[in-house]
Amino acid sequence: MRQQTFYDVIREQGIPRRDFLKFCALTAIAMGLGPGGDEAVAKALETKPRLPVLWLHGLECTCCSESFIRAAHPLAKDIVLSMISLDYDDTLMAAAGHQAEAILDEIVTNYKGNYILAVEGNAPLADDGMACIVGGRPFADQMIEVARHAKAVIGWGTCAAFGCVQAAKPNPTKATPISKLIRDVPVVNVPGCPPIADVMAGVLTYIITFDRLPDLDRQLRPKMFYGQRVHDKCYRRAHFDAGQFVESWDDDGARLGWCLYKLGCRGPTTYNACTTIGWNDGVSSPIRSGHGCIGCSEDGFWDRGPFYDRVVDMKQFGVESTADTIGLGAAAGLGAAMAAHAGATVVKRMLDGGKNKGNEDGEG
Amino acid sequence: MRQTAYREINDHEDISSIYIYEAPVRVWHWLNAAAVVALAVTGYVIGTPLPSYTGDPSTVYVMGWIRLVHLAAGHIFAVLWVMRIWWAFVGNSFSRQLFIPPVWSQRWIDGLFYQVKWNLFLVSKARRYSGLNPLAHVTMLVAFVVPSALLVITGYAMYAEVAGHESWLYALFGWTSHITSNTIDLHTIHRVCMWVVLAFMVAHVYTAVREDIVSRQSMVSTVLSGYRLFKRD
Ligand code: HEM
Ligand code: SF4
Repeated sequence: MRQQTFYDVIREQGIPRRDFLKFCALTAIAMGLGPGGDEAVAKALETKPRLPVLWLHGLECTCCSESFIRAAHPLAKDIVLSMISLDYDDTLMAAAGHQAEAILDEIVTNYKGNYILAVEGNAPLADDGMACIVGGRPFADQMIEVARHAKAVIGWGTCAAFGCVQAAKPNPTKATPISKLIRDVPVVNVPGCPPIADVMAGVLTYIITFDRLPDLDRQLRPKMFYGQRVHDKCYRRAHFDAGQFVESWDDDGARLGWCLYKLGCRGPTTYNACTTIGWNDGVSSPIRSGHGCIGCSEDGFWDRGPFYDRVVDMKQFGVESTADTIGLGAAAGLGAAMAAHAGATVVKRMLDGGKNKGNEDGEG
Repeated sequence: MRQTAYREINDHEDISSIYIYEAPVRVWHWLNAAAVVALAVTGYVIGTPLPSYTGDPSTVYVMGWIRLVHLAAGHIFAVLWVMRIWWAFVGNSFSRQLFIPPVWSQRWIDGLFYQVKWNLFLVSKARRYSGLNPLAHVTMLVAFVVPSALLVITGYAMYAEVAGHESWLYALFGWTSHITSNTIDLHTIHRVCMWVVLAFMVAHVYTAVREDIVSRQSMVSTVLSGYRLFKRD
């Protein structure tokens, strides 16, 4: 029997060819491919044998899956769902229990080195991994085992990439990003809490189309989606450069759509595609709906609060101290110390002056 | 007579003046001071901006200009440091003193504590030094040279974020993201270092003026003329 292609599966799902081609075009654009990119994507999906995708869930909140299935783009959703849900995704698949776990073994043996492992969430290592048990075993064991023979591992969301909220200080379960646990198999991080559905689809499609991983940056994020800061493409940027800031929620500036920097916008330090691709079929994004970016796709964003201040807390100096409170405090302390010192100097000179009057005059 | 940078001037020595700061070092000192002031003012309002300006953003560019001044002054600050380090190699022995604290010298360590005591009014006579006194030396290294280096590194690392990951700046400074993987840390470190440098500046001006008055050697005029003058008592 001829091996199934993605296209076969997509048609089996009853998705018309026209929709399929639209998906190819949109994805090619999102990936930044030039003219003809859509054809390359379509050809790959039509001819290449379907690459099974296993989707494991570790310590997570399922917001990545939520983002994914709610992708307002019905094409992307249907198409990508048919790419992945057929195999293993304990949230979406029909099988359960031993039957489900059997699928894992089956894929791993039949498709050795030729399947993709997508991991949503991360692995807690404290207490032998007790905080996340899947099929009676610690999640870390399951993940490492399945990853061993994968072609590549994709880390969905900030959990998998950097740890996210469960790894926020003091990280009681020792939640650990997957790239720190998986050896010898390339890892792609797709951070975001959740990541943008179209970005998730784009990453999968790229791997299938070109049979290789996209270019990654230092933090293993695909450059094509995480190569620029939110601030670089923000439509409020002109107001940033002008120095026009929303000072408080619902002030005139807010109504005029001014820059949210003073209310803590993390756009200048956040790499993501929110301002270009947008959310919910490009309808909006956090900044577009009037709230600053909280930097959800960045490492340790939970520990860099408060979200509504630009100058962030430095917990090592106590709760709610920032560079400015410490700096001003130190400056005030130093000022007081110097004033006292100057005063003491004057007093001492007066005292010494009285005492040594004779010799001083003598020596000149 | 050849002068070594770190040298205590003993009480019996009758030296009235030594040429310490060559012209490039003096010029560096004052340009550097101007750059730091410009950087601190503009940097402060980059992190916590001024009240908003009204008007159409096609004509208003306040934050843009502030950032331009900051980045231009940042380049000047960095280039000044490069020149200063170069001068440490080619200048007189005082020009490298700042970078090499003689921690191996027992007398220097002793002088460090002595200088602390002097500042706490525990001893009545200041020791005289040709170059930097040990306490000033340590303070300059810890509260100015080190934070300056951090400011330049984090400054260019932030600039690399602005210039983009394909830029040569990122090629040079992108390694910082292995240490501060969330680039907001660069801003925090940068800002803390600004406060350290500002605190240093205040203490620096205060002690320079005070020493000028109460110690037995000149300070303020030295960095203008290059000559350190000594009093015997
Ligand atoms: C005495 C030296 C310096 C001081 C006191 C200083 C101070 C500051 C401060 C307080 C900020 C705001 C940080 C924040 O809260 O986000 C800042 C931002 C910045 N500084 Fe500096 N800085 C210095 C040197 C430099 C140098 C050498 C460079 C390199 C070109 C540089 C480049 C930058 C950049 C790129 C930003 C970020 C601008 C932005 O976010 O738009 N700084 N600086
Ligand atoms: S709203 Fe945020 S991302 Fe947009 S310009 Fe202002 S600071 Fe930058």
